[in-house]
Amino acid sequence: MKRWLFSFGLMPLLTSSLAAQATRLSVPITVDTLPNGLVLIVHEDHSIPNVTVDIWHLVGSGDEKPGHTGFAHLFEHLMFMGSQNAEYPAFDRLLEAAGADNNGSTTNDRTNYYEEGPANALPLMLWLEADRMGWFLPTMTTEKVDLQRDVVKNERRQSYENQPYGLAWENLARMLYPAGHPYSWAVIGSMDDLSAASLEDTKDFFRQYYSPNNSVLAVAGDVTASDVKALVQQYFGEIPRGPAVTRPVAPAFTLAKDTVATIEDRVQLPRVYNHWHTVKLYSADDAALDVLSYLLTGAKNSRLTQALVYNQQIATGVVSYNDGKRLDGDFTIFATAKPGHSLPELQRSIDAELHRLMTEGPTAREMEQAQNSIESDFLNGLEQISSKADRLDSYFYFTGTPNYFQQDLARYHAVTAQDIQRVARQYLGAHRVILSVVPQGKTEMAVTAAEATP
Amino acid sequence: MNRLSLGLLTGLTALSASTAFAQGSAFDRTKPPALRPPSRLKIPPVRSEQLPNGMKLYVIEMHEVPLVQFSLAFTGGGRLDQASPGMTSFTADMLDEGAGTRDAIGIASQAEFLGASLSTSSDWDASYVNLKTPRRTMGEALDLMADVVLRPTFKSAEVNRQRDLRLASILQQRDQPNTMAALAFNSLVFPAGHPYHQPIGGDSITTSGLDSAKVRAFYNMHYSPGNAVLVIAGDITLAEARAAVAQRFGSWRAPASGAAPSTTVAPVDRPTTVYLVDKPGAAQSVIFIGRPGVERSNPDYAAIEVMNNLLGGSFSSRLNQNLRETRGYTYGAGSGFAYRPLPGPFTARSAVRTNVTDSSLIEFFKEFRRIRDTAVDAVELERAKSYLALGLAADFETTSQMAGQVVGLLRFGLPMTYYDDYVTRVMAVTTQDVQRVARQYLQPDRFTIVVVGDLATIRPGIEALNLGPISVRDLNGNEIK
Repeated sequence: MKRWLFSFGLMPLLTSSLAAQATRLSVPITVDTLPNGLVLIVHEDHSIPNVTVDIWHLVGSGDEKPGHTGFAHLFEHLMFMGSQNAEYPAFDRLLEAAGADNNGSTTNDRTNYYEEGPANALPLMLWLEADRMGWFLPTMTTEKVDLQRDVVKNERRQSYENQPYGLAWENLARMLYPAGHPYSWAVIGSMDDLSAASLEDTKDFFRQYYSPNNSVLAVAGDVTASDVKALVQQYFGEIPRGPAVTRPVAPAFTLAKDTVATIEDRVQLPRVYNHWHTVKLYSADDAALDVLSYLLTGAKNSRLTQALVYNQQIATGVVSYNDGKRLDGDFTIFATAKPGHSLPELQRSIDAELHRLMTEGPTAREMEQAQNSIESDFLNGLEQISSKADRLDSYFYFTGTPNYFQQDLARYHAVTAQDIQRVARQYLGAHRVILSVVPQGKTEMAVTAAEATP
Repeated sequence: MNRLSLGLLTGLTALSASTAFAQGSAFDRTKPPALRPPSRLKIPPVRSEQLPNGMKLYVIEMHEVPLVQFSLAFTGGGRLDQASPGMTSFTADMLDEGAGTRDAIGIASQAEFLGASLSTSSDWDASYVNLKTPRRTMGEALDLMADVVLRPTFKSAEVNRQRDLRLASILQQRDQPNTMAALAFNSLVFPAGHPYHQPIGGDSITTSGLDSAKVRAFYNMHYSPGNAVLVIAGDITLAEARAAVAQRFGSWRAPASGAAPSTTVAPVDRPTTVYLVDKPGAAQSVIFIGRPGVERSNPDYAAIEVMNNLLGGSFSSRLNQNLRETRGYTYGAGSGFAYRPLPGPFTARSAVRTNVTDSSLIEFFKEFRRIRDTAVDAVELERAKSYLALGLAADFETTSQMAGQVVGLLRFGLPMTYYDDYVTRVMAVTTQDVQRVARQYLQPDRFTIVVVGDLATIRPGIEALNLGPISVRDLNGNEIK
């Protein structure tokens, strides 16, 4: 969920593309903690005269309570509505005048805000971030909450309700995770819950989560670490430490049976989703599940893409995704039927390919391809200071080690063909959610419970 | 559970304010900090050569990360389609679906194995083959790229499969209200016979008739070394680049490609007209408002960019502030000029809540009139200019971005020194310039308006606005009686 998206591609282009390789990943950093608990990570990169400031507040939709879904993301929007010394709309205007861009985003686990632009604008970026961390409450009003509530409802309409297949994800989350589980609702939240959000909720949420001791600040670019530290101390130093934050705990669960469901949508072609319960981000099997996903759909010659799109030619495309999060994880495969082909036909082919991978395992060549491609993705990420800053925050948050680049790459290189076979059996061999999205009035096109169990 | 108490801080040093963090002396939190002047972006030199067969080579050395980007562009693009909409983009897409001794699967498998990313595409100006590769596998990756460019096979089985996939994606266009609006708008602003009239991704009729012979014939006519520029950016020297390219492309001979047709059909310049495309039950209405814009070589380019930035080119722009931040009608609103060799369209766009479709149209037109009728204030102008001028460096960070910028200069016939005085040109734009280009290029009584939404709900309100004649169209712009 981004705060603002306005893309400017006028015509949909149909392109073909592939994914990408390296060895030593060097991202020198300094790490410090202010007395108030704010963690500061600095990486110097003088290749262009720019800087990225990327602050993570350790709260996401997973911290919401039932009845308040979507609040973390709505709150993200409110953070741009002004603070005591930078009243609305100073935030965007001052940054634009300095040639800088900014945005924010919310996931299940965290909310981030970033500024990127000319390095001379660093003091401005830090001053603005500090002002809304320390002096946000005095200017917050019901009117501001009402306005951004409308904007977020429009975001929901634009990105979910008015998008083909757009409502699949919240249905999958609800069907996979037990009621009350932090990941059982979508980040965007429900319209009813958004309607119910109040000014008091906003104030409580800010006091609870937006404290220096619940935040990590990464600065990367054409700066010196000593300058950054001095500025951060100056702007953030007097913000008091907040209360200790209690984060939710995810109840352990196992799907006792398959869940098979159908939703109707304004779509031309039916699509089937398979959704499994997996593991936390960076836990032991997380990297193997990422590699498994690549082996299934990462390239044209991956198992499912080659079978369904190239050989059998029954699907327009097939996508898979391992989504490890802080508390739990899930794995998804979805495929869209070509005209004249049915979802049960797609489901049988998916199951046959999964069965083959579980029984035979991947070849040595497939494993080498996957690892080379993943390595290149790491290398590509090192070209951009914004990408490095975001990884530093992410690594700190999820692993406790901000400079985890080399270790992260190493965990992919450690995955073996036997690991792939094992995790495919263990996680994708377990019970799952099967969701069919079919054109309106065409429920007969869906995968039925009888077909779901091979 | 307190995240910060569970060993995450192990090894981190807590510093006290008195030591590493020096307190600023004269510090007033109530005022934004004064900034030092920005550093100037130093763009590394672009060096060029030409192979004896006419192929042009441009090399930019960037040694930060051991990656090399190769961007090969063939002039022409969608303008070459003429009687066969989608032919250019389909041919480009087919290049890596079988080449040399490999089929589509074999090419993908090899590229990925090398850790390389190989892609083909096209737009209105050109067709592209792009390769990004780690330096250590560069030779083999370039061999593969040369296969794709010089030895595509266009086998019937591969062509037919991709044709059917494209037919399915054309079918799916009607699921996407934004795509529907873009297609309808395009066909209404550019009349039949104009090279931008047809969908660049093709239509179902032409696509159904695609076969191996047609694609090969098109390839033979339009892919040649004299029509190609190859831009190389990354961890490579000029001598290495020259040798690597000459070895693979030096003996390429092909008849000279014909120039892209320059049209004599004028874009449609009609009094403001509303075209409605029905999307029953839509949660939002997608609005496109626009008219023919300008070519990239237009001498008003800098002034137009500044004007558009004020109108709809940034978060703080007037359209976004009004429709989103003041009224809450949308998640975002904006505008832009599409620059092409021939004038591309100007569009202002948003997706708005269904029951404020008419109100949103009113606000769009208020903003068009305001920027024409009233001089912008100095602070707002300065912000837009600085945003554009100082934002430049971010477009030159990665090897892919750098190559893309140079391809852009070549595509539009601009000199390699173009960006040396870009900042000066932008900062020279005056209040009068902004008003003049707004009056010249935004003409509220000569706009084409396309709205895709739930017509049963939105039509009465739009009719009451009396913006101009209204007709109902399909996503291809054809009238529905």
